[in-house]
Amino acid sequence: MYFWEIIMAYPPEYKYTREHEWLAVEGTTGTIGITDYAQNSLGDIVFVELPKVGAVLEAGKTFGTVESVKAVSDLYAPVTGTVTAINETLATSPEKVNSEPHTAWMVKVTLANPAEVEALLTAADYEKFVAEEQ
Amino acid sequence: MSNTASTAIVRKTALNAAHRRLGARMVDFNGWDMPVEYPANVQRKNGGLIAEHLIVRSSVGLFDVSHMGDIRLHGPQALGAVQHMTFNDASKLAIGQAQYSALLYDNGTFVDDVIVHQLGENDYLLVINAGTREKDYQWVREAAKGFDCVVEDLSDNYTQIAIQGPNGWRTLQKLTDADLTAVKFYWFTHGTVCGLPDTLIARTGYTAEDGFEIYIPSDVATSERVWNALLAAGEEFGVLPCGLGARNTLRLEGALSLYGHEISDKITPWEARLDRFVKMDKEEFTGKDALEKQKGKGLERILVGLEATGRGIPRDGYPVLDPQGAHVGVVTSGSPAPFLKKNIALAYVPPLLSAEGTELAVEVRGQAVTCKVVAIPFYKRPRPAKAAQ
Repeated sequence: MYFWEIIMAYPPEYKYTREHEWLAVEGTTGTIGITDYAQNSLGDIVFVELPKVGAVLEAGKTFGTVESVKAVSDLYAPVTGTVTAINETLATSPEKVNSEPHTAWMVKVTLANPAEVEALLTAADYEKFVAEEQ
Repeated sequence: MSNTASTAIVRKTALNAAHRRLGARMVDFNGWDMPVEYPANVQRKNGGLIAEHLIVRSSVGLFDVSHMGDIRLHGPQALGAVQHMTFNDASKLAIGQAQYSALLYDNGTFVDDVIVHQLGENDYLLVINAGTREKDYQWVREAAKGFDCVVEDLSDNYTQIAIQGPNGWRTLQKLTDADLTAVKFYWFTHGTVCGLPDTLIARTGYTAEDGFEIYIPSDVATSERVWNALLAAGEEFGVLPCGLGARNTLRLEGALSLYGHEISDKITPWEARLDRFVKMDKEEFTGKDALEKQKGKGLERILVGLEATGRGIPRDGYPVLDPQGAHVGVVTSGSPAPFLKKNIALAYVPPLLSAEGTELAVEVRGQAVTCKVVAIPFYKRPRPAKAAQ
Protein backbone atom coordinates (compact mmCIF):
# COMPACT_ATOMS: atom_id res chain seq x y z
CA MET A 1 0.00 0.00 0.00
CA TYR A 2 1.24 3.49 -0.72
CA PHE A 3 0.97 5.75 2.32
CA TRP A 4 -1.26 8.19 0.53
CA GLU A 5 -4.05 5.71 -0.24
CA ILE A 6 -7.10 6.08 1.96
CA ILE A 7 -7.85 2.68 3.45
CA MET A 8 -11.57 2.10 3.95
CA ALA A 9 -12.50 -0.30 6.71
CA TYR A 10 -14.28 -3.50 5.74
CA PRO A 11 -17.50 -3.82 7.78
CA PRO A 12 -16.87 -6.62 10.27
CA GLU A 13 -20.46 -7.86 10.07
CA TYR A 14 -20.18 -8.58 6.32
CA LYS A 15 -18.75 -11.68 4.66
CA TYR A 16 -16.43 -11.52 1.66
CA THR A 17 -15.25 -13.48 -1.38
CA ARG A 18 -11.88 -13.71 -3.13
CA GLU A 19 -13.60 -12.11 -6.13
CA HIS A 20 -14.10 -9.00 -4.02
CA GLU A 21 -17.84 -9.17 -3.38
CA TRP A 22 -19.38 -8.57 0.05
CA LEU A 23 -22.47 -10.20 1.52
CA ALA A 24 -24.61 -8.84 4.34
CA VAL A 25 -27.05 -11.33 5.86
CA GLU A 26 -30.28 -10.56 7.70
CA GLY A 27 -32.37 -13.63 8.36
CA THR A 28 -32.67 -15.37 4.99
CA THR A 29 -31.95 -12.21 2.96
CA GLY A 30 -28.51 -11.67 1.57
CA THR A 31 -27.44 -8.25 0.26
CA ILE A 32 -24.57 -8.21 -2.22
CA GLY A 33 -22.13 -5.53 -3.35
CA ILE A 34 -18.46 -5.12 -4.27
CA THR A 35 -15.69 -4.06 -1.93
CA ASP A 36 -13.63 -0.91 -1.69
CA TYR A 37 -10.66 -2.84 -3.06
CA ALA A 38 -12.73 -3.78 -6.12
CA GLN A 39 -13.98 -0.25 -6.86
CA ASN A 40 -10.49 1.13 -6.41
CA SER A 41 -9.07 -1.39 -8.88
CA LEU A 42 -11.76 -0.66 -11.43
CA GLY A 43 -11.51 3.11 -11.45
CA ASP A 44 -14.53 5.27 -12.25
CA ILE A 45 -17.52 2.98 -12.73
CA VAL A 46 -19.84 4.02 -15.54
CA PHE A 47 -22.23 1.09 -15.94
CA VAL A 48 -23.65 -1.71 -13.81
CA GLU A 49 -25.51 -4.65 -15.41
CA LEU A 50 -27.68 -6.53 -12.94
CA PRO A 51 -30.04 -9.51 -13.24
CA LYS A 52 -33.79 -9.13 -13.08
CA VAL A 53 -35.90 -9.78 -9.99
CA GLY A 54 -36.68 -13.49 -9.94
CA ALA A 55 -33.36 -14.54 -11.47
CA VAL A 56 -31.50 -17.33 -9.69
CA LEU A 57 -27.91 -16.73 -8.66
CA GLU A 58 -25.57 -19.69 -8.29
CA ALA A 59 -22.66 -19.45 -5.87
CA GLY A 60 -19.43 -18.90 -7.77
CA LYS A 61 -21.12 -18.11 -11.09
CA THR A 62 -21.35 -14.70 -12.75
CA PHE A 63 -24.52 -12.70 -12.21
CA GLY A 64 -23.79 -9.39 -13.88
CA THR A 65 -21.08 -6.96 -14.86
CA VAL A 66 -19.62 -3.71 -13.69
CA GLU A 67 -17.91 -1.48 -16.23
CA SER A 68 -15.34 1.26 -15.98
CA VAL A 69 -14.46 3.39 -18.99
CA LYS A 70 -11.76 0.93 -19.99
CA ALA A 71 -12.94 -2.46 -18.87
CA VAL A 72 -15.78 -4.87 -18.22
CA SER A 73 -15.61 -6.90 -15.03
CA ASP A 74 -17.78 -9.88 -14.09
CA LEU A 75 -19.67 -10.04 -10.81
CA TYR A 76 -19.61 -13.44 -9.08
CA ALA A 77 -22.40 -14.58 -6.78
CA PRO A 78 -21.13 -15.27 -3.25
CA VAL A 79 -24.13 -17.49 -2.51
CA THR A 80 -27.01 -19.27 -4.23
CA GLY A 81 -30.36 -17.52 -4.11
CA THR A 82 -33.25 -15.82 -5.88
CA VAL A 83 -33.09 -12.11 -6.62
CA THR A 84 -35.78 -10.20 -4.72
CA ALA A 85 -34.57 -6.65 -5.35
CA ILE A 86 -32.00 -4.74 -7.40
CA ASN A 87 -30.61 -1.29 -6.64
CA GLU A 88 -32.22 0.85 -9.34
CA THR A 89 -30.19 3.96 -8.41
CA LEU A 90 -27.07 2.36 -9.88
CA ALA A 91 -28.60 2.70 -13.35
CA THR A 92 -28.37 6.49 -13.14
CA SER A 93 -25.64 6.84 -10.53
CA PRO A 94 -23.13 4.03 -11.02
CA GLU A 95 -20.46 6.23 -9.41
CA LYS A 96 -22.04 5.45 -6.03
CA VAL A 97 -20.22 2.14 -6.20
CA ASN A 98 -16.97 4.12 -6.13
CA SER A 99 -17.92 6.57 -3.41
CA GLU A 100 -19.77 4.19 -1.06
CA PRO A 101 -18.92 0.63 -2.10
CA HIS A 102 -20.01 -0.95 1.17
CA THR A 103 -23.46 0.66 1.16
CA ALA A 104 -24.11 0.84 -2.61
CA TRP A 105 -25.69 -2.61 -2.71
CA MET A 106 -26.40 -4.28 -6.03
CA VAL A 107 -28.86 -7.13 -5.43
CA LYS A 108 -30.78 -8.70 -2.60
CA VAL A 109 -31.40 -12.44 -2.66
CA THR A 110 -33.34 -14.97 -0.66
CA LEU A 111 -30.67 -17.46 0.42
CA ALA A 112 -31.24 -20.96 -0.93
CA ASN A 113 -28.60 -22.48 1.31
CA PRO A 114 -27.68 -20.39 4.39
CA ALA A 115 -24.83 -22.80 5.18
CA GLU A 116 -22.91 -21.37 2.18
CA VAL A 117 -22.38 -18.19 4.20
CA GLU A 118 -20.04 -19.98 6.62
CA ALA A 119 -17.60 -20.75 3.81
CA LEU A 120 -17.09 -17.06 3.00
CA LEU A 121 -14.24 -14.93 4.33
CA THR A 122 -14.52 -12.81 7.45
CA ALA A 123 -13.52 -9.14 7.27
CA ALA A 124 -10.19 -9.98 8.88
CA ASP A 125 -9.50 -12.82 6.41
CA TYR A 126 -10.47 -10.58 3.50
CA GLU A 127 -8.19 -7.75 4.66
CA LYS A 128 -5.33 -10.22 4.88
CA PHE A 129 -6.20 -11.53 1.41
CA VAL A 130 -6.12 -8.09 -0.24
CA ALA A 131 -2.93 -7.16 1.57
CA GLU A 132 -1.33 -10.19 -0.07
CA GLU A 133 -2.81 -9.31 -3.49
CA GLN A 134 -0.90 -6.05 -3.36
CA MET B 1 -15.07 -9.60 -10.03
CA SER B 2 -12.64 -11.09 -12.50
CA ASN B 3 -8.93 -10.37 -12.40
CA THR B 4 -6.85 -9.76 -15.51
CA ALA B 5 -3.50 -11.47 -15.99
CA SER B 6 -0.50 -9.21 -16.51
CA THR B 7 2.02 -9.77 -19.29
CA ALA B 8 5.79 -9.40 -19.15
CA ILE B 9 6.80 -5.73 -19.22
CA VAL B 10 9.55 -4.94 -21.70
CA ARG B 11 10.26 -1.21 -21.96
CA LYS B 12 10.06 1.88 -19.81
CA THR B 13 10.23 5.57 -20.65
CA ALA B 14 12.52 7.90 -18.69
CA LEU B 15 9.49 9.06 -16.71
CA ASN B 16 8.50 5.60 -15.47
CA ALA B 17 9.59 6.24 -11.89
CA ALA B 18 7.90 9.64 -11.92
CA HIS B 19 4.60 8.03 -12.94
CA ARG B 20 4.88 5.45 -10.20
CA ARG B 21 5.67 8.14 -7.63
CA LEU B 22 2.47 9.90 -8.66
CA GLY B 23 0.59 6.68 -7.91
CA ALA B 24 -0.18 5.90 -11.54
CA ARG B 25 -2.01 2.70 -12.40
CA MET B 26 0.39 1.09 -14.86
CA VAL B 27 -0.39 -1.13 -17.81
CA ASP B 28 1.45 -2.95 -20.56
CA PHE B 29 0.87 -1.05 -23.81
CA ASN B 30 2.50 -2.80 -26.76
CA GLY B 31 5.41 -3.87 -24.60
CA TRP B 32 5.73 -0.54 -22.76
CA ASP B 33 5.08 -0.09 -19.02
CA MET B 34 2.87 2.99 -19.19
CA PRO B 35 0.42 4.89 -16.97
CA VAL B 36 -3.19 4.24 -17.92
CA GLU B 37 -4.48 6.72 -15.35
CA TYR B 38 -3.41 8.51 -12.16
CA PRO B 39 -6.12 7.83 -9.56
CA ALA B 40 -7.04 10.55 -7.08
CA ASN B 41 -5.32 10.19 -3.73
CA VAL B 42 -4.53 12.19 -0.63
CA GLN B 43 -1.90 14.23 -2.46
CA ARG B 44 -3.89 14.80 -5.65
CA LYS B 45 -7.60 15.16 -4.93
CA ASN B 46 -8.59 15.09 -8.58
CA GLY B 47 -7.63 12.20 -10.79
CA GLY B 48 -8.54 9.09 -12.70
CA LEU B 49 -9.38 8.66 -16.36
CA ILE B 50 -12.57 10.74 -16.39
CA ALA B 51 -11.04 13.67 -14.48
CA GLU B 52 -7.98 13.58 -16.73
CA HIS B 53 -10.11 13.57 -19.87
CA LEU B 54 -12.22 16.50 -18.64
CA ILE B 55 -9.26 18.63 -17.55
CA VAL B 56 -7.76 18.38 -21.05
CA ARG B 57 -11.01 19.66 -22.56
CA SER B 58 -11.36 22.49 -20.02
CA SER B 59 -7.79 23.40 -19.08
CA VAL B 60 -4.57 21.41 -19.39
CA GLY B 61 -3.26 17.86 -19.06
CA LEU B 62 0.21 16.40 -19.31
CA PHE B 63 1.05 13.17 -21.17
CA ASP B 64 4.27 11.16 -21.39
CA VAL B 65 4.29 9.97 -24.99
CA SER B 66 7.96 9.01 -25.16
CA HIS B 67 7.03 5.54 -26.33
CA MET B 68 6.29 7.05 -29.76
CA GLY B 69 9.07 6.73 -32.33
CA ASP B 70 11.07 9.32 -34.24
CA ILE B 71 12.73 8.77 -37.61
CA ARG B 72 14.81 11.47 -39.25
CA LEU B 73 15.46 11.57 -43.00
CA HIS B 74 18.00 14.06 -44.26
CA GLY B 75 20.15 14.44 -47.34
CA PRO B 76 19.92 15.73 -50.90
CA GLN B 77 16.99 13.44 -51.82
CA ALA B 78 15.21 13.34 -48.47
CA LEU B 79 12.12 15.05 -49.87
CA GLY B 80 12.01 12.54 -52.70
CA ALA B 81 12.21 9.69 -50.22
CA VAL B 82 9.46 11.15 -48.03
CA GLN B 83 7.23 11.73 -51.05
CA HIS B 84 7.77 8.17 -52.21
CA MET B 85 6.88 6.62 -48.87
CA THR B 86 3.97 8.76 -47.68
CA PHE B 87 0.51 9.50 -49.08
CA ASN B 88 0.31 13.22 -48.25
CA ASP B 89 2.26 15.86 -50.16
CA ALA B 90 5.37 16.84 -48.19
CA SER B 91 6.42 19.30 -50.90
CA LYS B 92 3.61 21.55 -49.64
CA LEU B 93 5.35 21.87 -46.27
CA ALA B 94 7.39 24.88 -45.25
CA ILE B 95 10.26 24.62 -42.79
CA GLY B 96 8.59 24.63 -39.39
CA GLN B 97 5.41 22.96 -40.62
CA ALA B 98 3.98 19.48 -39.99
CA GLN B 99 1.31 17.35 -41.64
CA TYR B 100 -0.64 14.20 -40.91
CA SER B 101 0.36 11.45 -43.30
CA ALA B 102 0.82 7.70 -43.55
CA LEU B 103 3.10 5.00 -44.83
CA LEU B 104 1.36 2.48 -47.09
CA TYR B 105 2.22 -0.96 -48.35
CA ASP B 106 2.08 -1.67 -52.09
CA ASN B 107 -1.44 -3.00 -51.62
CA GLY B 108 -2.59 0.37 -50.26
CA THR B 109 -2.96 -0.71 -46.64
CA PHE B 110 -1.26 1.00 -43.70
CA VAL B 111 2.23 0.41 -42.40
CA ASP B 112 1.50 3.22 -39.92
CA ASP B 113 0.19 6.74 -39.70
CA VAL B 114 2.73 9.46 -39.07
CA ILE B 115 3.24 13.17 -38.50
CA VAL B 116 5.79 14.53 -40.98
CA HIS B 117 7.73 17.60 -39.78
CA GLN B 118 9.97 19.61 -42.09
CA LEU B 119 12.95 20.48 -39.88
CA GLY B 120 14.94 22.13 -42.65
CA GLU B 121 15.91 21.94 -46.29
CA ASN B 122 15.73 18.22 -47.12
CA ASP B 123 15.48 17.42 -43.43
CA TYR B 124 12.37 15.64 -42.15
CA LEU B 125 11.23 14.12 -38.87
CA LEU B 126 8.60 11.38 -38.91
CA VAL B 127 6.85 10.75 -35.59
CA ILE B 128 5.40 7.24 -35.54
CA ASN B 129 3.45 4.95 -33.24
CA ALA B 130 4.92 3.11 -30.30
CA GLY B 131 3.66 -0.32 -31.24
CA THR B 132 5.13 -0.14 -34.75
CA ARG B 133 8.55 1.45 -34.11
CA GLU B 134 10.82 -1.34 -35.30
CA LYS B 135 8.56 -2.37 -38.17
CA ASP B 136 8.30 1.22 -39.40
CA TYR B 137 12.03 1.87 -39.16
CA GLN B 138 12.86 -1.22 -41.23
CA TRP B 139 10.17 -0.35 -43.74
CA VAL B 140 11.34 3.29 -44.01
CA ARG B 141 14.96 2.25 -44.46
CA GLU B 142 13.90 -0.12 -47.23
CA ALA B 143 11.67 2.47 -48.90
CA ALA B 144 14.44 5.10 -48.76
CA LYS B 145 16.88 2.90 -50.66
CA GLY B 146 17.64 4.47 -54.01
CA PHE B 147 17.31 7.97 -52.55
CA ASP B 148 20.38 9.88 -51.50
CA CYS B 149 19.49 10.42 -47.86
CA VAL B 150 20.30 9.21 -44.38
CA VAL B 151 17.66 7.49 -42.27
CA GLU B 152 18.16 7.72 -38.52
CA ASP B 153 16.14 6.15 -35.72
CA LEU B 154 16.10 8.81 -33.02
CA SER B 155 13.32 7.23 -30.96
CA ASP B 156 15.43 6.59 -27.86
CA ASN B 157 17.00 10.06 -27.97
CA TYR B 158 13.85 11.88 -26.92
CA THR B 159 11.44 12.10 -24.06
CA GLN B 160 8.24 13.39 -25.65
CA ILE B 161 5.75 15.24 -23.47
CA ALA B 162 2.35 16.43 -24.66
CA ILE B 163 0.81 19.48 -22.99
CA GLN B 164 -2.80 19.46 -24.16
CA GLY B 165 -5.83 21.65 -23.63
CA PRO B 166 -6.81 25.34 -23.95
CA ASN B 167 -4.35 26.28 -21.19
CA GLY B 168 -1.58 24.14 -22.62
CA TRP B 169 0.14 27.03 -24.34
CA ARG B 170 -0.09 29.19 -21.18
CA THR B 171 1.48 26.41 -19.15
CA LEU B 172 4.36 25.82 -21.55
CA GLN B 173 4.89 29.56 -22.18
CA LYS B 174 6.03 29.96 -18.60
CA LEU B 175 8.96 27.64 -19.30
CA THR B 176 10.13 28.79 -22.73
CA ASP B 177 11.47 31.86 -24.47
CA ALA B 178 9.78 30.88 -27.72
CA ASP B 179 6.69 32.96 -28.51
CA LEU B 180 4.08 30.23 -28.56
CA THR B 181 1.35 32.59 -29.77
CA ALA B 182 3.28 32.83 -33.04
CA VAL B 183 3.19 29.05 -33.60
CA LYS B 184 0.12 28.05 -35.59
CA PHE B 185 -1.61 24.69 -35.24
CA TYR B 186 0.44 21.95 -36.91
CA TRP B 187 3.51 24.18 -37.03
CA PHE B 188 6.53 23.97 -34.77
CA THR B 189 9.49 25.96 -33.59
CA HIS B 190 12.70 25.46 -31.67
CA GLY B 191 13.37 27.28 -28.44
CA THR B 192 14.80 27.00 -24.97
CA VAL B 193 12.57 24.99 -22.64
CA CYS B 194 13.55 24.77 -18.94
CA GLY B 195 17.00 25.96 -19.96
CA LEU B 196 17.36 23.29 -22.66
CA PRO B 197 18.39 25.04 -25.87
CA ASP B 198 17.07 24.23 -29.32
CA THR B 199 14.14 22.14 -28.12
CA LEU B 200 11.57 21.09 -30.69
CA ILE B 201 8.21 22.58 -29.70
CA ALA B 202 5.32 21.47 -31.93
CA ARG B 203 1.69 22.56 -31.86
CA THR B 204 0.49 19.03 -32.42
CA GLY B 205 -1.35 16.44 -30.39
CA TYR B 206 -3.77 13.53 -30.34
CA THR B 207 -6.52 14.93 -28.14
CA ALA B 208 -8.62 17.05 -30.54
CA GLU B 209 -7.63 20.07 -28.40
CA ASP B 210 -5.09 22.84 -28.81
CA GLY B 211 -1.75 21.97 -27.27
CA PHE B 212 1.93 21.32 -27.72
CA GLU B 213 4.37 18.45 -27.81
CA ILE B 214 7.98 18.94 -26.78
CA TYR B 215 10.97 16.70 -27.47
CA ILE B 216 13.66 16.82 -24.80
CA PRO B 217 16.74 14.70 -24.03
CA SER B 218 15.74 11.27 -22.79
CA ASP B 219 17.94 10.97 -19.71
CA VAL B 220 15.94 10.44 -16.53
CA ALA B 221 17.22 13.55 -14.70
CA THR B 222 16.33 15.96 -17.51
CA SER B 223 13.04 14.25 -18.24
CA GLU B 224 11.91 14.39 -14.61
CA ARG B 225 13.05 17.98 -14.22
CA VAL B 226 10.98 19.15 -17.17
CA TRP B 227 7.97 16.96 -16.26
CA ASN B 228 7.94 18.39 -12.74
CA ALA B 229 8.41 21.94 -14.04
CA LEU B 230 5.38 21.47 -16.29
CA LEU B 231 3.30 20.15 -13.40
CA ALA B 232 4.32 23.16 -11.31
CA ALA B 233 3.69 25.62 -14.16
CA GLY B 234 0.27 24.11 -14.78
CA GLU B 235 -0.79 24.03 -11.15
CA GLU B 236 -2.62 27.37 -11.37
CA PHE B 237 -4.64 25.89 -14.24
CA GLY B 238 -5.45 22.69 -12.36
CA VAL B 239 -3.12 20.56 -14.50
CA LEU B 240 -3.28 16.80 -14.12
CA PRO B 241 -0.90 14.11 -15.30
CA CYS B 242 -2.88 12.09 -17.87
CA GLY B 243 -2.51 8.48 -18.92
CA LEU B 244 -3.20 6.33 -21.93
CA GLY B 245 -6.78 5.80 -20.83
CA ALA B 246 -7.68 9.46 -21.24
CA ARG B 247 -5.47 9.67 -24.32
CA ASN B 248 -7.67 7.04 -25.91
CA THR B 249 -11.03 8.55 -24.93
CA LEU B 250 -9.89 12.02 -26.03
CA ARG B 251 -8.77 10.85 -29.46
CA LEU B 252 -11.92 8.75 -29.81
CA GLU B 253 -14.18 11.76 -29.25
CA GLY B 254 -12.14 13.47 -32.00
CA ALA B 255 -12.47 10.36 -34.22
CA LEU B 256 -8.68 10.20 -34.60
CA SER B 257 -7.48 6.85 -35.93
CA LEU B 258 -5.48 4.42 -33.83
CA TYR B 259 -3.20 1.90 -35.56
CA GLY B 260 -4.45 -1.61 -35.08
CA HIS B 261 -8.00 -0.30 -34.83
CA GLU B 262 -9.24 2.15 -37.51
CA ILE B 263 -6.10 1.70 -39.62
CA SER B 264 -4.00 -1.42 -40.11
CA ASP B 265 -2.34 -3.58 -42.73
CA LYS B 266 -5.81 -4.77 -43.74
CA ILE B 267 -7.37 -1.34 -44.26
CA THR B 268 -6.95 1.36 -46.91
CA PRO B 269 -7.19 5.16 -46.50
CA TRP B 270 -10.45 5.25 -48.48
CA GLU B 271 -12.06 2.80 -46.08
CA ALA B 272 -10.70 4.78 -43.13
CA ARG B 273 -12.15 8.02 -44.57
CA LEU B 274 -8.77 9.72 -44.73
CA ASP B 275 -9.31 10.87 -48.35
CA ARG B 276 -8.47 14.49 -47.58
CA PHE B 277 -4.88 13.53 -46.68
CA VAL B 278 -4.25 11.39 -49.75
CA LYS B 279 -2.72 13.38 -52.60
CA MET B 280 -3.41 11.36 -55.70
CA ASP B 281 -1.94 14.10 -57.87
CA LYS B 282 1.50 13.20 -56.52
CA GLU B 283 3.39 11.50 -59.34
CA GLU B 284 3.89 8.33 -57.37
CA PHE B 285 3.92 6.96 -53.86
CA THR B 286 3.89 3.44 -52.46
CA GLY B 287 0.37 2.10 -52.65
CA LYS B 288 -0.94 4.69 -55.13
CA ASP B 289 -1.80 2.13 -57.81
CA ALA B 290 -3.70 -0.03 -55.37
CA LEU B 291 -5.66 3.00 -54.17
CA GLU B 292 -6.54 3.94 -57.74
CA LYS B 293 -7.83 0.42 -58.34
CA GLN B 294 -9.91 0.44 -55.17
CA LYS B 295 -11.40 3.81 -56.03
CA GLY B 296 -12.49 2.37 -59.36
CA LYS B 297 -13.93 -0.79 -57.83
CA GLY B 298 -15.72 0.88 -54.97
CA LEU B 299 -15.54 0.09 -51.25
CA GLU B 300 -16.97 -2.87 -49.40
CA ARG B 301 -16.71 -1.20 -46.04
CA ILE B 302 -16.30 2.28 -44.67
CA LEU B 303 -15.59 3.85 -41.28
CA VAL B 304 -18.54 5.42 -39.45
CA GLY B 305 -19.24 6.92 -36.07
CA LEU B 306 -21.85 5.23 -33.89
CA GLU B 307 -23.69 6.57 -30.89
CA ALA B 308 -25.46 4.09 -28.61
CA THR B 309 -29.17 4.88 -28.34
CA GLY B 310 -29.92 1.87 -26.15
CA ARG B 311 -28.44 1.00 -22.78
CA GLY B 312 -24.97 -0.47 -23.07
CA ILE B 313 -21.41 0.29 -24.11
CA PRO B 314 -20.13 -0.78 -27.56
CA ARG B 315 -16.49 -1.82 -27.25
CA ASP B 316 -13.54 -2.75 -29.47
CA GLY B 317 -14.19 -5.84 -31.54
CA TYR B 318 -17.94 -6.09 -30.89
CA PRO B 319 -20.05 -7.00 -33.96
CA VAL B 320 -22.22 -4.41 -35.64
CA LEU B 321 -25.71 -5.66 -36.54
CA ASP B 322 -28.32 -4.45 -38.99
CA PRO B 323 -31.92 -4.02 -37.80
CA GLN B 324 -32.59 -7.67 -38.70
CA GLY B 325 -29.78 -8.78 -36.39
CA ALA B 326 -27.35 -9.85 -39.14
CA HIS B 327 -23.64 -9.23 -38.58
CA VAL B 328 -22.66 -6.43 -40.96
CA GLY B 329 -19.53 -4.98 -39.46
CA VAL B 330 -17.30 -4.54 -36.44
CA VAL B 331 -16.47 -1.90 -33.85
CA THR B 332 -12.84 -0.79 -34.10
CA SER B 333 -12.88 1.45 -31.03
CA GLY B 334 -15.74 1.88 -28.58
CA SER B 335 -16.04 3.42 -25.16
CA PRO B 336 -17.97 5.79 -22.94
CA ALA B 337 -17.11 9.37 -23.96
CA PRO B 338 -16.40 11.28 -20.73
CA PHE B 339 -16.92 14.77 -22.17
CA LEU B 340 -19.82 14.05 -24.50
CA LYS B 341 -21.44 11.80 -21.87
CA LYS B 342 -22.53 9.28 -24.46
CA ASN B 343 -21.31 5.83 -25.45
CA ILE B 344 -19.62 6.10 -28.84
CA ALA B 345 -17.79 3.91 -31.28
CA LEU B 346 -15.96 3.90 -34.57
CA ALA B 347 -16.89 0.95 -36.75
CA TYR B 348 -16.59 -0.50 -40.23
CA VAL B 349 -19.90 -1.09 -41.99
CA PRO B 350 -20.98 -1.57 -45.62
CA PRO B 351 -21.33 1.74 -47.51
CA LEU B 352 -25.07 1.16 -47.89
CA LEU B 353 -25.43 1.39 -44.11
CA SER B 354 -23.12 4.35 -43.61
CA ALA B 355 -25.50 7.29 -43.99
CA GLU B 356 -25.97 9.51 -40.95
CA GLY B 357 -29.04 8.50 -39.02
CA THR B 358 -28.90 4.85 -40.09
CA GLU B 359 -30.17 2.66 -37.28
CA LEU B 360 -27.91 -0.23 -36.42
CA ALA B 361 -27.02 -2.16 -33.31
CA VAL B 362 -23.91 -3.44 -31.59
CA GLU B 363 -23.82 -6.88 -30.01
CA VAL B 364 -22.69 -6.27 -26.45
CA ARG B 365 -21.96 -9.64 -24.85
CA GLY B 366 -24.94 -11.35 -26.42
CA GLN B 367 -27.38 -8.44 -26.31
CA ALA B 368 -28.18 -6.06 -29.16
CA VAL B 369 -27.71 -2.45 -28.09
CA THR B 370 -29.29 -0.05 -30.58
CA CYS B 371 -27.03 2.60 -32.13
CA LYS B 372 -27.28 5.20 -34.83
CA VAL B 373 -24.71 6.40 -37.35
CA VAL B 374 -23.55 9.92 -36.50
CA ALA B 375 -21.18 12.41 -38.11
CA ILE B 376 -17.53 12.26 -37.17
CA PRO B 377 -15.70 13.73 -35.43
CA PHE B 378 -18.02 13.32 -32.46
CA TYR B 379 -16.34 16.34 -30.86
CA LYS B 380 -14.78 19.48 -32.35
CA ARG B 381 -13.02 21.94 -30.09
CA PRO B 382 -14.65 25.36 -29.90
CA ARG B 383 -12.83 27.94 -32.02
CA PRO B 384 -13.27 31.55 -30.87
CA ALA B 385 -14.17 34.00 -33.63
CA LYS B 386 -10.95 35.86 -32.93
CA ALA B 387 -8.07 33.70 -31.72
CA ALA B 388 -7.77 34.54 -28.01
CA GLN B 389 -3.99 34.27 -28.05
